[in-house]
Amino acid sequence: MTTTPEKATDLVSLTIDGIQVSVPKDTLVIRAAEQVGVQIPRFCDHPLLAPVGACRQCLVDVPDAGNGRGFPKPQASCTLPVAEGMVVNTQATSPVADKAQQGIMEFLLINHPLDCPVCDKGGECPLQNQAMTNGRGDSRFSAGGGVKRTFPKPISISPQVLLDRERCIVCQRCTRFAAEIPGDPFIALVERGAQQQIGIAEDAPFLSYFSGNVIQICPVGALTSAEYRFRSRPFDLVSTPGVGEHDSCGAAIRIDHRRGKVMRRLSGEDPEVNEEWITDKDRFAFHYATQADRLTYPQVRDRVEDGGDGSLRPASWPEAFAVAARGLAAAGGVGVLTGGRLTAEDAYAYSKFARVSLGTNDIDFRSRPLSAEEASFLAAEVALRSPGNGGVSYADLETASSVVLAGLEPEDEAGTIFLRLRKAVRARGTRVVAVAPYATRGLSKLSAQVVRTAPGAEAAAIAGLDGVDAGSVILVGERLATVPGALSAAAALARRTGARLAWVPRRAGDRGAVEAGCLPNLLPGGRPVADAQARVDAGTTWGVDHLPDAAGRDADEIVAALVSGELGGLVIGGVDPDDTADPAATRAAIEAASFVVALELRETDVTRAADVVFPVAPVVDKAGTFVTWEGRPRPFEAVFASPGSLPDVRVLAGIAEELDRPLGFRTILEARAEMQEMGPWDGERAGHTAVDAVPAGGDGFALATWKLLVDNGSMQHGDKAYLATGRVAVARLSPAAYDAHGPIVTLTGDRGSVTLPAEPADLDDDVVWVPANSFGNGVLAGLASPGSRVTIAKGDPA
Amino acid sequence: MIDQKTQDELREIAARYPEARSGLLPMLHLVQSVEGRITPEGIELCADILGISAADVSGVATFYTMYKRRPVGDYHVGVCTNTLCAVMGGDAIFERLKDHLAVGNDETTEDGRISLEHVECNAACDYAPVVMVNWEFMDNQTPESAVQVVDDLRAGKEVHSTRGPRICTWREAERVLAGFPDGRADDGPAAGPASLVGLGIARERGWTAPDAHLAVTSGQEEGQ
Amino acid sequence: MTTLTPVLTDNWGDERAWTLAAYEARGGYQALDKAFAMAPDAVIESVKESGLRGRGGAGFPTGMKWGFIPQDNPKPKYLVVNADESEPGTCKDIPLMMASPHTLVEGVIISSYAIRANKAFIYIRGEVLHVIRRVQRAVEEAYAAGHLGTDIHGSGFDLDVVVHAGAGAYICGEETALLEGLEGRRGQPRLRPPFPAVAGLYASPTVINNVESIASVPSIIANGHHWFSSMGTEKSKGFGIFSLSGHVQTPGQYEAPLGITLRELIELAGGIREGHELKFWTPGGSSTPLLTAEHLDVPLDFEGVGAAGSMLGTRALQIFDDTTCVVRATLRWTEFYKHESCGKCTPCREGTWWLVQVLSALEKGQGSEADLDLLLDQCDNILGRSFCALADGAVSPITSSIKYFRDEYIAHLTGGGCPFDPSRTTAWAGQEVTA
Repeated sequence: MTTTPEKATDLVSLTIDGIQVSVPKDTLVIRAAEQVGVQIPRFCDHPLLAPVGACRQCLVDVPDAGNGRGFPKPQASCTLPVAEGMVVNTQATSPVADKAQQGIMEFLLINHPLDCPVCDKGGECPLQNQAMTNGRGDSRFSAGGGVKRTFPKPISISPQVLLDRERCIVCQRCTRFAAEIPGDPFIALVERGAQQQIGIAEDAPFLSYFSGNVIQICPVGALTSAEYRFRSRPFDLVSTPGVGEHDSCGAAIRIDHRRGKVMRRLSGEDPEVNEEWITDKDRFAFHYATQADRLTYPQVRDRVEDGGDGSLRPASWPEAFAVAARGLAAAGGVGVLTGGRLTAEDAYAYSKFARVSLGTNDIDFRSRPLSAEEASFLAAEVALRSPGNGGVSYADLETASSVVLAGLEPEDEAGTIFLRLRKAVRARGTRVVAVAPYATRGLSKLSAQVVRTAPGAEAAAIAGLDGVDAGSVILVGERLATVPGALSAAAALARRTGARLAWVPRRAGDRGAVEAGCLPNLLPGGRPVADAQARVDAGTTWGVDHLPDAAGRDADEIVAALVSGELGGLVIGGVDPDDTADPAATRAAIEAASFVVALELRETDVTRAADVVFPVAPVVDKAGTFVTWEGRPRPFEAVFASPGSLPDVRVLAGIAEELDRPLGFRTILEARAEMQEMGPWDGERAGHTAVDAVPAGGDGFALATWKLLVDNGSMQHGDKAYLATGRVAVARLSPAAYDAHGPIVTLTGDRGSVTLPAEPADLDDDVVWVPANSFGNGVLAGLASPGSRVTIAKGDPA
Repeated sequence: MIDQKTQDELREIAARYPEARSGLLPMLHLVQSVEGRITPEGIELCADILGISAADVSGVATFYTMYKRRPVGDYHVGVCTNTLCAVMGGDAIFERLKDHLAVGNDETTEDGRISLEHVECNAACDYAPVVMVNWEFMDNQTPESAVQVVDDLRAGKEVHSTRGPRICTWREAERVLAGFPDGRADDGPAAGPASLVGLGIARERGWTAPDAHLAVTSGQEEGQ
Repeated sequence: MTTLTPVLTDNWGDERAWTLAAYEARGGYQALDKAFAMAPDAVIESVKESGLRGRGGAGFPTGMKWGFIPQDNPKPKYLVVNADESEPGTCKDIPLMMASPHTLVEGVIISSYAIRANKAFIYIRGEVLHVIRRVQRAVEEAYAAGHLGTDIHGSGFDLDVVVHAGAGAYICGEETALLEGLEGRRGQPRLRPPFPAVAGLYASPTVINNVESIASVPSIIANGHHWFSSMGTEKSKGFGIFSLSGHVQTPGQYEAPLGITLRELIELAGGIREGHELKFWTPGGSSTPLLTAEHLDVPLDFEGVGAAGSMLGTRALQIFDDTTCVVRATLRWTEFYKHESCGKCTPCREGTWWLVQVLSALEKGQGSEADLDLLLDQCDNILGRSFCALADGAVSPITSSIKYFRDEYIAHLTGGGCPFDPSRTTAWAGQEVTA
């Protein structure tokens, strides 16, 4: 399956069912057989898990092991490596192998319940399928009055995963997955012999960010999801491939739907990206699109100054386009703020809308803390890089001599990177070095060497790293934007050592937004705004004489300009004010703006304050492309044809046309074609303006924070079982600080206070860590900005 | 609450091995010696000390039959009912004890004194039928002798293994299994009578292994 | 007439035989100095030459096993003694460790020296408290006397020994399952290769030997390999402890050269119980196919028993006379294998579950003759299909008992139940029993 042919010198020739085949050395017989078109039945075998040889279903006859002698007994082909000259006879040609397999199948079925008609797996069940093709028509066990093993019906091994023990064939795929792939061995074989089963320790559920994968790889219906259980039959579902929209990893997913409704999501298979694994967020968090507050029609505000009552009312699309255009034209300067949910095509539309329709470079996709240093870094070091074009790929993580992580907690912020790094660490002993405030569980699962760094001191820590060489990869997270000099230090380190550098944003649309030019300093395709030739190049494709040449405002500056009145209008799509660097300021800016056009999925504080609200399509209703952190485009098609659910592209085209400055496209496909036509900038790329580090310090505790994988994010709404798997919000303190202030602490920053249970961890004595969006309105809105100082009081003031 | 001394001893066990996890089996024996069974707290403590998941410890604790999840009495009485002992009378002994103690397999008397269990072959087949009390040998039992043993134990009388020391409590036994000797190694004989029958015949008939010197000579001749 | 050859059992009757003083009084720990005077490879060579084959059942040549240890591997080497004696019928290592633990300890030191291990483990099943006390004490004494620790006897050789108590799992007698147990895991067998000699305990080169094998080493070093190989048969050299149990007049341990016959042993044991005849027996524990009276003259060595369709195993001779129902005996063993199946692989876990049900019915006289063929077909689907040899052992009593006693199975069916009276089999049968 994932066998990739290597050098011819590494090939081994053997004969399977009379057919000669050459496969790479160390290939297992079960996979070599696939090369000659023979599918040997199997259950415990999984190409991405270590062989175990437990189920014995894949027995084959080996009359010659390659040394002229045969094995006296049938051999498990899932644990047997090929050998030169080996002769293998499978069930296709060997009565011995066939009988051995029939015997195992019969044993597997004696204790298996006959509940296929009500089992979630029925219809896509390897046991059912193989029993139908290879098994006996009748049961000798039942005929003889055999008594089956029974267990009480299902037990919860986590809030999300249920286990029906009597269906389980203890193949250990789930326990091996848990131990090997994410390193979360919270499920284990328990009991012994015929009573052996999968279990958890008392009060220690299987809380892994990747737990859903065990449901998918279970070869029977033993593991099911609380959310999907008994909801549909596989043969009633239609499957459409998709791309994970929750992070910048671009995981391949499969969306299973029935009559216009998504029933479940599974991992897709993509050896180059996520292999066969996805995070629970990519698997379970899809109900956000079907919440009651989903916007379904455009609205315009009957403004008081125009004689209305000031409320939003439903409007037709043409009216809303016209009102929006009119309002924006009259608003004076307009800024454009976009969030992380945008596809590359949508981002491109915003980018062009700003430049062509509004005539401004005041556009920024960074709806979170940011810096000018970062914009410069993105233009110089990130845009246009992709695998095969100087960019780091997942595969590179596996072959790197070492991997440096800075401002990035992969388990929480980029699950697919986390798994790939773990694979590298396990298989090759890759050294992972993390510039982080403490040794998190995720980092310890990577055996990472933690360079303990207080928030704000990252630049110096990165500059001081040793052991980085030309084979190394440096991954920097978007959080470094707020640390002056940190991104500059990373770029300098890469240049000095020859190491390769990649930027890992959190959101699925962020990297595409960089490429599309949703930045004040970049046009699409990495064209620097400051470069006249680049502007001309873009303008040529767009068929306009002139593009704005003044440097644009970034998101913070747009907010400030709206508050000060320098800007009057705002086009905003996919932005949660509480994610921004200063939530109060963002809210004030929306309030202060004379005219706000919002493009949103669901009703939010932004839409409630807007003058025109356009409902936009969620990813299931539109085609699009997410660009991974690597720079790899991940196009996907619409799952549903919903004529009333329009993508941002179409909405922006409608407004632009009313402004009389049309985009020139209305559909995703047209936008995509134009993006292709424009292509990447082949001129000189923008240089990075290095920024010096600023010494950190101050009174109180420096605030370290990032978002947990499972948290209060709005795209995770709607699946209680999934949300219940989230980690409890705690404040982490050094042991000394914990002793002084624990076990309950109240943190107070310049934006508010929060009381949380505390846990000791290996932090500096003057650093505290809290999850960014796991309580209240989140850290930015309710406590302080990351890296700033907070005070800590013992206990709960209430 | 498992006390500090026990926690220290658990760490001490782990430290006997090149890799700490090797200590888990004896550590669980020690947990039983202080808790009277494997408790969730004991599992969590072992997991913490060894840096492994509680599920993994649970998996180990439920694999081995000497680990008990329900409280064990002061005396664990194991009747061998594997084929040979069963045939030699183990089945009858077990039935008699169930009846006499009014408990089923793997159950404890109401007074908390005796836990009865049928066990597998305990490597004393030449003394069949065999009963183990707190894993000490009670050889060549009959239903009557077995009843006498449990009655004496319940009455607090001193009971000796047929080839070992006075029977200690189950918790004390578990402590020895955890690697903390109780100083009773020198109690009891070197061997029971059945262990010595072959030796006795050899002595009686003057049979020995060949003389080493002669063997060397003949061996060298063979080699030439 | 084969005569008994007490070597390992020779001191068992001594006063306080388990103590260091008693052991040293009869020359104990002198073989150690002889070994230290030899190069480690010479010790391996000597054990190879002796022809000693593993006494734990499989009979793999001990010296050859030692020779597989890759000495160029920089990892530490380990010796692990398999003292998990649990095979039904097997009861030789337990009395050995109880009576003369120092024989084992001395063997451990010499064997560790040979394979260049500085750490050795004695994995004793947990259910033998007093034996564990004795071995713990012997190790303590050996440390105090300078037989263990650093620079032993001034040789420059260091050795630490850890006594490790198991916790109740027959499968841990399988060497890789034992390693799992010793690493604090569930005792489930490991995939091979890699073999323990290359990657065993902690993925380091490891030798795992049975107690009796290791205990035989001091005598081989002390008396020379020719002495050892002068006993036994052509391919099964030396002596071994034969454990007679069941329906003989004097059950017990009989140490004799390999190749002695059951007829000779029963005669030494005073014959079968008064008034009864030999019906069936196991040559080496319940995992070795049953034999009958027609096999009384089979030489009890690896080749002889193999040729008779069984295995020498651990020389655990369980003797059953004509009062015993072979179906009951077989069912009970099958229940044992079901109980002890580790659960890892399908044929063993599910197969033993099913076998017990079919045998239970047959024992009660339920079912039909066709069920015998079903049983044999199940056995055919288990034998050689499982992950380790446990399941092979599980089918041995079934296939062999049907082979020799098919009529008795059928009698259960035609008679509507077991034709035997279980009370006649007991040790006290025929004696007046007061209620």
